[in-house]
Formats: sequence, C-alpha cells, structure tokens
Amino acid sequence: MTNGNANVAIKPEPRPEVPDLSMPFWDAARDHKLIIPRCRPCNRFFWYPREACPNCLESDSWEWQEVSGNARLHTFTIVYQPQHPAFQEDVPYVFAIVQLDEGVRLMSNVVDLDIPEDVEIDMRLRVKFDDVSEDWTLVKFAPA
Amino acid sequence: MSIRGKAAIVGFYEIPTQKEYPDRTTFGVMAEVARGAIADAGLRKEDIDGLINGEGVNSITVAEALGIEPKYTASMTTHGSSGATAIATAAAVISAGLANYILCVFGEARPRSSSRMVGQAQARGNLPPASRATELELPYGPVIAMNGWYGLIKQRHMFEYGTTQEQFAKMVVDQRFNAADNENAVWYNQPVTQEDVLNSRFTNDPLHLLESVMPCSGAHAVIVASADRAKSLPNDPAYILGAGGPATSHDVIWQRDDITTTPVVHSAPTAMNMAEVNMNDVDLAQFYDCYTILAMACLEDAGLTKKGDIGPFYESTDTTYKGEFPINTDGGQIGAGQTGGVGGGFRHVVEGTRQVMGRGGIRQASKADICLVNG
Repeated sequence: MTNGNANVAIKPEPRPEVPDLSMPFWDAARDHKLIIPRCRPCNRFFWYPREACPNCLESDSWEWQEVSGNARLHTFTIVYQPQHPAFQEDVPYVFAIVQLDEGVRLMSNVVDLDIPEDVEIDMRLRVKFDDVSEDWTLVKFAPA
Repeated sequence: MSIRGKAAIVGFYEIPTQKEYPDRTTFGVMAEVARGAIADAGLRKEDIDGLINGEGVNSITVAEALGIEPKYTASMTTHGSSGATAIATAAAVISAGLANYILCVFGEARPRSSSRMVGQAQARGNLPPASRATELELPYGPVIAMNGWYGLIKQRHMFEYGTTQEQFAKMVVDQRFNAADNENAVWYNQPVTQEDVLNSRFTNDPLHLLESVMPCSGAHAVIVASADRAKSLPNDPAYILGAGGPATSHDVIWQRDDITTTPVVHSAPTAMNMAEVNMNDVDLAQFYDCYTILAMACLEDAGLTKKGDIGPFYESTDTTYKGEFPINTDGGQIGAGQTGGVGGGFRHVVEGTRQVMGRGGIRQASKADICLVNG
C-alpha cells in the first residue's frame, strides 16, 4: 500500500444485501435510535434482519423494537493492518463483537478510550452513534 | 451402514508450495498433480471415473481440462474443510458404487493477489457484491484477510482459559521445525524461535504475523479407491476408517454463540466412533491451521485435551515429527503455506496419507498407524 492509495481511499459505507429488510435499522441509526428485530411469536431478539426468525422460523412475524443501547464487550481485536486502506489513518482501533443487553451480538468499533490499556473483555458499553456522512450513521460503542 | 474401511487412499502427489507460480495456470498445476497421483497409484488416466475438486472451479470444467470422463463429479464448498470433506465424500461415493477410482485434486496458481489488493480495488471503486459483510462488517474496518475473526477468537480464548502468547508461539515453532525439513514447504529450511514469533508484528493484537498462514500457489492430489481394489495396487493403502461432516451453524463468526468452540466437537466424535478408535489410539494429527488459535481450539474439541488446556499441552509437548504426539508433520499451513482454491485443508489429507503409508522420509513419525485429520 502506498500513501497515494491511502489518500484517495474512501471508507466504505454500509451496502445492504437486502435493503428492504435492513434500511429501517439504518434510518433509525440516523435518528440516533438503536432498533433490533424481535419475533412476536417467540418474543426473542435476533440479529441480523432476515425474513424468518432464526429461533422459531416464523416468517414476517417480527417487528423492529428500540433497545436500551447498553452492552458489554464480548471480544475485540486491535487493528494495525486493515483490509481496506482507508482505515489506515485510524490505526490502532478496536474491531469488536459487542453483545447488547437484549442478547444479540453485532460487529462494531469501541471508541473514546485509550488503546490498548483501557480495552477489556466484558467491559460495560453504551451505544454511540457516529454520523459518518449525511446519509449514514454507524452504530458504535463507548465505555459506559 | 458406515464407510469404515470400505475405501482407501492409494496414491498422492503434490508440488512445492510457493508464494507464486509465475507463468503457470490453475488447470496446469492441477494437471501436473493429477498425473503424478495417478502414476503414484499405479493407474492409468482412463481408470479414473470420479473427480472431486475445491471451491471456485466447477468440477465439470476441471474434467474437461484434464480430459477425464467422470461417472461422478463434485466441487466441495465448505471453505477450509473442503479438502477433508472431499475424502469423506469420495469414500461414501465409492462405498455406494457410483465410481471406482476418484481423483481428488486441489490447487491454484494465483496471480499476485491478496486481501490487501482486494482492499485497494475496493478503494478504487471496484466494490464486491452487496452482502452481510459489506453491510455489517466493512464499515467498521475489518482486518486484512481473516485475521480479524481469528484475533477475536484468540482474545476470547486467552480470556476464558488463560492461554498465553508463549503457548501459541510454541505451536508455530514446532510446525516451522517440521516445515524446515519439508522441501515442498514455502518455509523450507527456515525454522523460527519463540522470540521470532513474539517479536513479529501484530496484524491485529493479539494475533502475530507469524501465527497466520501465507496465501500461496500450490497443488495436491490423491486417488481414492475401494478397499478391494486398493489391495491389488502398488502402495500400502491408507484406509479411511471414519469421517464426520463439516457441520457448522454460521458463516460469520459473530453469529456463533460460543466462539471458542469449533464444529470439531461434532465431527471428531462422529469420525472416531465410526472408526472404532478413541483419542488414545491416535498416533498423530494433521489439523487445519489457518491460524494458531483455530488448530488449537479444534484439537481441544477433538478431545486431545480438556477444553482450554491446549496451551499447557503445547508448552509441555514436543509436537514435531520427532515428538511424542506429532502434529502437522509437513509444517501445516503455517509452515508449508496455504494453497489457494481451498487447497489449504487438502495439505493435511496428503501429509496424513504420506505418514500412514510410511513414506514420510526424514519426517516419518515413529508410529503412524492412526492419523486424525481435520482438513
């Protein structure tokens, strides 16, 4: 990788495979709200949005529900060599699996802390919305 | 009904794994190892009536390129486990009478390509098709190759079980020792010390560069035949005693509940029950090792140690080909290189065959009757 490439690189915005299913999540994030699919018949949250609930296989029986935004750090890795050159300017940063108190896990970043000394598995986290462009807001987390 | 002892590997061939094969093609290297394996088995090309290969290349295209008229063909699509799955599938197909001699061939002559080049292509606007990853991972800056996922697993394993960086490094040292005596290995003649591993840079903390495979060009092939036919062929057959499928519940790591436990908790008992052996009967192991943590977690799940005890096991055990429990005697993928076209896992099949046939040369383990392979 050369500096020249890094300079022209633009960080990828989310590109949903099935926009009809997932755009409500991103629209809510833009309003700084965290919503997660919850199945009506079995009452369980799941992530990522898909036609049928992965717990009970009921189709089209779930709804988006706003969640607390409270979470814990399930595991993390500190990135020095990103896959996409645009992230080189941020290294080192934390790429993590975060578990919401409602039970589901998602990939995210943990921000607003000293790296590496302040990152610990099981630390309490709070959602932090990052408005990366006019159209897109990423769901990140910071120490609670 | 099971496949126990009904089929055997009767010949194998591989070419040296290298970072690149300048001026060669994937079909070209597949043809070379196919020819070598057929000859090693004492067969003619006309005898081959089954063909199994890896992901990315349609098996009918391979049949055409190699001029084979198969009665059965399949491409394995279970990612890294495709290599070992090919052998289980071949044994099942032969047991069912659908073919007599199945060529299993994996390989790739890759142009200079890497995840970094993929990243650069994306930065230029050549975007991959929309997927769960492009929506839910890429915006958060994943690590090069698969290093991120395995860094996440390793971090959790160290947290749950106290596994140390030194213990992970010991695995690399043992495998690079084996690779140093394997002229087909990309790291032939280049052993490393624990300090070398610990001082290699983090692609992502806690994962060191030397704990990761190098994506390579390479090619490997074996021939599978029925046990009856195997008896009349020149090599001592390597009988397939049992197999367990590559059952997995997830495609991305964050969808798995317990990220330090692998599908080997299911596949190993299935294979060993079918084979009527237990871990005490196993002389050596060839285990898929794209990263240290994966092989170590899989070895635990196979029952080599209690869950969480693989770190102390490596610390106290010589796992080289000279040791009391040899693992990845050709260097594994970490020492010998990760063949493209999901050929990385097929390396373990070939080396397991070589050892069981007693053809390990300088690297022959002192006892190699039962080999457990996780491809």
